Amino acid sequence: MFQSIKLRTLIAAVITLAAVYCFLPTLYPSLPASVKPYFLKNRIHLGLDLQGGMHLVLEVDTDKAMEGTVERLANALKEGLMEKRIRFRSVERKADNSISVELPSRESRADLEKILSDQFPDLEIKSTEAVEGREKVTLKFHEKRIADMKKTTLDQSLETIRNRVDQFGVTEPEIIPQGDDRILIQLPGIKDPKRAIDLIGKTALLEFKLVDEEHNLEDALRGNVPAGSILMKGARDGGEKTSGRRDTMYLLKERTLLTGQSLENAQVKISDRFGEPYVAIKFNPQGAKDFDRITGENVNRRLAIILDGVVYSAPVIKERISGGDAQITGSFTMEDAKDLAIVLRAGSLPAPVKILEQRTVGPSLGQDSIDKGILSTIIGMLLVFVFIVIYYKWSGVVACLALLLNLVLLLGAMALFDATLTMPGIAGIVLTVGMAVDANVLIFERTREELRLGKTPRAAVDAGYTKAFLTIFDSNVTTLIAAVFLFQFGSGPVKGFAVTLTIGLIASMFTAVFVTRIIFDYFTWTRKIEKLSI
Amino acid sequence: MDPEDREAKHLVSGQKKKTRHWRTRGYTMFELIRPDTNFDFASKMKAAVIASVVFILIGIASIVYHGGLNLGVDFAGGAVVQIKFQKEATTDSLRSALDSVQLENSTIQGFGATENREFLIRTPETTADLKLLTDRIDSALAMAFGQGAYEIRRVEAVGPKVGKDLTQKAILALALSWIAMLIYVGFRFEFRYAVGGIIALIHDVLVTVGVLSLLNMEFTLNTVAALLTIIGFSINDTIVIFDRIRENVRKRIRSDLRQIVNVSVNETLSRTILTSLTVFLVLVSLLVLGGPVIFDFSFAMFVGVIAGCYSTVFIASPFVLFMERYMPSKRKRK
Repeated sequence: MFQSIKLRTLIAAVITLAAVYCFLPTLYPSLPASVKPYFLKNRIHLGLDLQGGMHLVLEVDTDKAMEGTVERLANALKEGLMEKRIRFRSVERKADNSISVELPSRESRADLEKILSDQFPDLEIKSTEAVEGREKVTLKFHEKRIADMKKTTLDQSLETIRNRVDQFGVTEPEIIPQGDDRILIQLPGIKDPKRAIDLIGKTALLEFKLVDEEHNLEDALRGNVPAGSILMKGARDGGEKTSGRRDTMYLLKERTLLTGQSLENAQVKISDRFGEPYVAIKFNPQGAKDFDRITGENVNRRLAIILDGVVYSAPVIKERISGGDAQITGSFTMEDAKDLAIVLRAGSLPAPVKILEQRTVGPSLGQDSIDKGILSTIIGMLLVFVFIVIYYKWSGVVACLALLLNLVLLLGAMALFDATLTMPGIAGIVLTVGMAVDANVLIFERTREELRLGKTPRAAVDAGYTKAFLTIFDSNVTTLIAAVFLFQFGSGPVKGFAVTLTIGLIASMFTAVFVTRIIFDYFTWTRKIEKLSI
Repeated sequence: MDPEDREAKHLVSGQKKKTRHWRTRGYTMFELIRPDTNFDFASKMKAAVIASVVFILIGIASIVYHGGLNLGVDFAGGAVVQIKFQKEATTDSLRSALDSVQLENSTIQGFGATENREFLIRTPETTADLKLLTDRIDSALAMAFGQGAYEIRRVEAVGPKVGKDLTQKAILALALSWIAMLIYVGFRFEFRYAVGGIIALIHDVLVTVGVLSLLNMEFTLNTVAALLTIIGFSINDTIVIFDRIRENVRKRIRSDLRQIVNVSVNETLSRTILTSLTVFLVLVSLLVLGGPVIFDFSFAMFVGVIAGCYSTVFIASPFVLFMERYMPSKRKRK
């Protein structure tokens, strides 16, 4: 291919130096500022299994979000019908997320169609049946709109979780969608996984509802919940100590007056009187206006503050509150209050999420793995080196040089690609060493055969390389095919393995074939040695 | 005499003639396999196939006996929690702690060396909510041993949905990699060759899975990664031999294919063993020093490399002969 040894040496040297250059920032993360600008920002990252951290897969309950939307739409339709004075008997959300409207007669149907096309373009009439003179119309979402809404739900969830994680303060978090309704979250170096899960997984739907004081709570508890009202649990104070006690229940008006969407800010404050933390919330302008009106209309009544279906507090409105400030109290620990403020600031999730997969590795285990990985890599390499040098003598030394160079190139390429090193990835490095030597074994065995046939060292080396090349190529391609499937199949750690294996094998084609050839050519062409040490 | 002719003659006569000329040229090479080795591998095919089939059947019997593979949480769902205690702790004390939160169907085992005071708790999937599951284990430990007496070093909790997904993905990845190999080898060589190669690969995976089942070892994501790597590694050896067979077929069109296969396997034998040995050395290092996290991977690879080395020599290459009987090559007919 290239005849000039000098030229080939130059190429090899340049590539080696480039690899070292790429790898240096990883090796010395704290380069002096004076030389730092001359180096790349890319480096090898440690996987979660090595540096510790948490891997989460969440499933967004998009169906639940759909239910909420359909419910809201059904209510809006009801109000719209009333406003337009269109007579109807009932508007109901059905379990299959359709809305069933019952009209007293056929005449009002045209009115319904008009209001649908004017105000509810997302709904279409699916079927109509006449029951005893009444008209029963089933409304459904357009198929495309459903897909859109699910996508929006996922996007909003991603955004919210990103906000929360950012505020929680995690370096280099990774939050990416997976499929139609899943979110993959990687939080490296996290110290308190439980807290992180609580923070991420909370729906954090903040609602304000009035307490129903006209009806009897005891009555409602016995099962007579009045129409337009609902029962809700109160937050337990103090955690485990009171777990035996029955939950405090509240009877609330069903209608939600305000939600967390009207918030502008939420902050932890310490109360002057008890030194207890609470969360001070500030409404946005529209929210402040609503809050002002609501408090004005309901002085001396109790307003319940509800988070995710649990009543945190239900203070009495003493006076009209203008300016849009309010506070959420409860028996918070400082941490609870901080996290609550974060989720309120970041906004609520549009739908509940469920944890499908959780993998957490503590930092000490990660360090253990790194130590063990490095040790086994070094010992594994040494074993191979000793074996190869005993077997092939000086040629073996050349092969070992190629392996070392292979390692340098592998690390350089990984740094350049910002690759992630995992524990199986470390295994991949050692295995690559074990497999990369194969190329040299193939060449050397071929060369030996040629020597046995009586060829001169130069001819034998030439034939050895030429004849072995296709074999090396074919066998490496098949391993690469396997690596592609590994990459496709694997999650984090296994992917890291596929990456090191792939880069290592490609690098081995260069080091074992191109670089060693230079050395052999030098000895057989320039030094014209009589005998190969092989 | 031309060296190639000499070799050819030696081939045709089929005698184990010692060709010592390479030594007389002053080369002393360290050889595991002497270059004049001429072992009749093709004749051993029948015995090898029987041995393999028996072995695989034993593996399958073991899987049936154990009621399926010993699937780890990755596939079966559930949680694994690895804990390290600051002070002595026993599995019994752990057991009673878990019983108090109705997790008595968990298995508890020591992890790594005893002086590490590390334990592994495995809880099968009992509830759809993973958060509750891990919280329950944590609170049980906190109650029994007190906060700070232990460190949770690792949690792996996988829901049934993900477990099912992963299982499907694993099977798909294995099957597709076989097909991809079949296509590539078929494209680079001949279809007849490819079939033998793939049968060897399936053999390797079955043997490895069988051994894992016999030892009742857990089947994890890392195990699947190892199986896929074995597929990539084992086909490697096979291709080297096929390459040699192809070369020898071209060189001596009139020779008996059986002899060509034998000679080719013999010629590449030292390379096959050498490469497997280097990978073997590396794996031993990983097994002994790599720590328990990577043990399942290293062990599966370890078994697979042995199976791969064996199947390359005894299954894949002789299979070319078998195929020749039913799909004779066109070149020969000329």
